[in-house]
Amino acid sequence: MDTESDSTVEVSRSVSVPLPQAQAFELFTTQMTEFWPKEHSISDAELAEVVIEPRRDGRWFERGVDGSECEWGRVAVWEPPRKVVLLWQIGADWHFDPEFETEVEVTFSAEGPDSCRLDLCHCNLQRYGDSTEQMRAIFDDPAGWTGTLAAFAVLAGVQAAAGD
Amino acid sequence: MDAVLDALGDRTRRSILERLSAGPVAVGVLADQLPVSRPAVSQHLRVLKEAELVVESVAGTRRLYRIDKSGLRVVREYFDRFWETTLDNFAILAEAEARDDTRKRGTGNRRTKKG
Repeated sequence: MDTESDSTVEVSRSVSVPLPQAQAFELFTTQMTEFWPKEHSISDAELAEVVIEPRRDGRWFERGVDGSECEWGRVAVWEPPRKVVLLWQIGADWHFDPEFETEVEVTFSAEGPDSCRLDLCHCNLQRYGDSTEQMRAIFDDPAGWTGTLAAFAVLAGVQAAAGD
Repeated sequence: MDAVLDALGDRTRRSILERLSAGPVAVGVLADQLPVSRPAVSQHLRVLKEAELVVESVAGTRRLYRIDKSGLRVVREYFDRFWETTLDNFAILAEAEARDDTRKRGTGNRRTKKG
């Protein structure tokens, strides 16, 4: 809806994992390379590593196979083992923009001694709406929106075929 | 979300979106390019419009359709899909780590935990 641009836009996802809270927090923040979708890289170099510097104001960046580093954002909140907030500063043109901020807020809640729920909220996505021209660029980039839309369409097709 | 999935869950509509990704196109041109009638193309465009995937504009006597690039809906869909995949991957990794831990505890002493 058009009114959406006047309010906040966010995406929330939760997942439960069979790990103690502290271990889940550590896995998420130190092993991001292992679960990050490899094609989601904004560098020219192939993605080798995703790094979160474990402190407030730490950098969040990708390291390419050639050793080059490409900024993604910063650590806004660092409260192990309960909470980490990462600033996602990748603009609609797929480039790091220090002036642009969306927040990825991740909280870890113990559900038992060996069980933890992760709640993730990617907030303030409406800020992408401020840059319509950039949105066009992203959409026209085969590696960006169009590629994603195509992948999404394939997925939707699969779901439709499954009779969902 | 459902409207978008429904809209994309049709081969002809996906073909239309592919063609529109190159720039605005008129209904008549789409009908010429696709193996469906002009009324059918119009019907598909209406579904895509309701899902906020395309917008229409009038140029003289022609109606042009283009992909809705300003829609934040696309941004939302994109990140929703992205985090779903990423967190699914994370859960798989966490489960593997939990299994490893259980195995280690199991060989270290007899108090093996289930699950």
